[in-house]
Amino acid sequence: MAAWLVRRLAASIAIVWAVVTLTFVVVHIAHGSPCGQSDGRPVAPETCAALIRRFGLDRPIGIQYVKYLGALLHGDLGESLALHRPVADALAEALPNTLTLALTALILDFALGLALGVYQAARERRFGDIALGNAALFVNSMPTFWLGLVLLLLLAQWLRLFPVGGLRDLVLCPRLDSLPCLADFAWHLTLPALTLGLVGAAGTARYQRAALLEVVRQDFVRTARAKGLPERRVLLVHALRNALLPLITLFGLTFPFLLTGAVLVETVFAWPGMGRLAVTAILQRDYPVVTAAALIASVMVVLGNLLADALYGVADPRIRVRAT
Amino acid sequence: MTEPLLRVRDLKTYFVTEHGSGTARAVDGVSFDLYPGETLGLVGESGCGKTVTSLSVLRLIPEPPGHIRPGSFIEFAGRNLLTLAPRELRAIRGNQIAMIFQEPMTSLNPVFTVGDQIAEAAIVHQRLSRRAARARAIEMLKLVGIPDPAQRVDHYPHQMSGGMRQRVMIAMALVCHPKVLIADEPTTALDVTIQAQILELLERLQAELGMAVMLITHDLGVVAGSADRVVVMYAGQVVEQAPTPELFARPLHPYTEGLLASVPRLDAPPARARARLHGIPGQVPASSDWPGGCRFHPRCPYAWDRCREEEPPLLDASSGEPGSHTVRCWLLTEPQRRTTRPGP
Repeated sequence: MAAWLVRRLAASIAIVWAVVTLTFVVVHIAHGSPCGQSDGRPVAPETCAALIRRFGLDRPIGIQYVKYLGALLHGDLGESLALHRPVADALAEALPNTLTLALTALILDFALGLALGVYQAARERRFGDIALGNAALFVNSMPTFWLGLVLLLLLAQWLRLFPVGGLRDLVLCPRLDSLPCLADFAWHLTLPALTLGLVGAAGTARYQRAALLEVVRQDFVRTARAKGLPERRVLLVHALRNALLPLITLFGLTFPFLLTGAVLVETVFAWPGMGRLAVTAILQRDYPVVTAAALIASVMVVLGNLLADALYGVADPRIRVRAT
Repeated sequence: MTEPLLRVRDLKTYFVTEHGSGTARAVDGVSFDLYPGETLGLVGESGCGKTVTSLSVLRLIPEPPGHIRPGSFIEFAGRNLLTLAPRELRAIRGNQIAMIFQEPMTSLNPVFTVGDQIAEAAIVHQRLSRRAARARAIEMLKLVGIPDPAQRVDHYPHQMSGGMRQRVMIAMALVCHPKVLIADEPTTALDVTIQAQILELLERLQAELGMAVMLITHDLGVVAGSADRVVVMYAGQVVEQAPTPELFARPLHPYTEGLLASVPRLDAPPARARARLHGIPGQVPASSDWPGGCRFHPRCPYAWDRCREEEPPLLDASSGEPGSHTVRCWLLTEPQRRTTRPGP
């Protein structure tokens, strides 16, 4: 078990390092300069040159890379070129917002996907199954940002049920320190989380239905019925425990998808998270922020996969015994 | 004579075939009785409908594609199992009638401990507490001869061998002390040495618990060793039914005759031992297309016109008690036609 963990950690660090290196190189060799062309205001060339020298951007890329990596090992993510503040501060502000959004979407995705998948499997090839299956296919094939825009138009613009964007009411709730303010935050969270979660749930439901239908044809499900168990218990205990295994794989794959999906959804809903931070930073050639965003994203992906592996062990005793 | 425990009458279980609108008449009018405490062997080739018959008793046939035809009748303790409400049926499944299956490797749930799986039926049917059910599970493991039951109770199926798993299946089926045990080819997937152990175990438990056993098998050797009576099935029908010694001594249906001739025997005289083993020519026809007349006639060495045209009913051939030996064959009416015996 310990050896396995060490190996996994080493591999994880290697992956994160590779992602950081790749991002660093790509962002530096990409066309353009961090010196103020994104907002269209002209900057005096001498000011530009002075700034570039100050941030050390005139040095060879190899030296910049070594310096960056050295600082990174000390936990220093550098200074943002565009925001004029430490990258770590900007991340500390944006990351919780993105994680809140992604986790809410994740819960929605799997809770809804699981419930729908089980319902569909129990009603295989009957009306409910077919109708939901088609609806899920429809939702699943929509791009997240487009679904976001549709929901925005429908529920926020026309029906006025939800705010059109933002994190919370900045005037009434500068801080999240009271129950009404938490409610306000949840109200703002609903549409972006729904957008991300619905698309995911549609896919999850299809996986869950297929996994469950494969399991219910197996001998041990017949054994459970022969024991005289109620159908609910046969399906939700005996079959579902086995049908969760493919879902855990899906979970490991979904987590990064939610983060990348969040980039577009955050832009649509003006949600001040990692996605918006990264998009703005890319447009402004804000190298340290872009690299840091990639770093965080790769860490999340690696963590998501580690979590999925740990969940396998919990769900399937055959894997648990082999790992110890 | 005592009343039968389980009375199956004119059981018809049909399946809609995969492609289109055909109907497979897998079980087509089967009738038999199971008496308290006896072992009834249900014998036949693959595809003759014996497994479907056994699954139909507990209504475990997947619907769709399968369905049990109206007019079928399975009486247990004075009630027709086929018309019971799901809740009443569940109270019988695993409690009064239990079942073990052919494949111990896949018939146990891989993600639960064997203890939990054994205890489950006791919790559901007898409302035992978890603690009491666990103690019962350990007791059952001991009963079926698993060493270290107190440790084994927490093991998962994949940590056990095939023979062990079949013992666990038996423990699971017997945890509520059922009146009837249906064993569907319980030894087919096991090594020969393990087969003998499992059959001995079943026999011992049957004597201890006084239950009736319906033993489904394609192996006449198994039947000879353990069954009191035998029902021979062919093409979804019962073709012969008799007490075991009677059937082996005086097989009347040509199919039974063929089956007996195709069993390898160590105690056969040398001349016969060197001879080739007899086989029944041809194979069981598809259940969507049974032959007309007697369903065995295309493979029967004695068949004549009447067999091709007219389906024989079950005829009484008993030498002792009436109805103890029945045969579905026209030869009974014209015994002089039994001229050539099949096989060498």
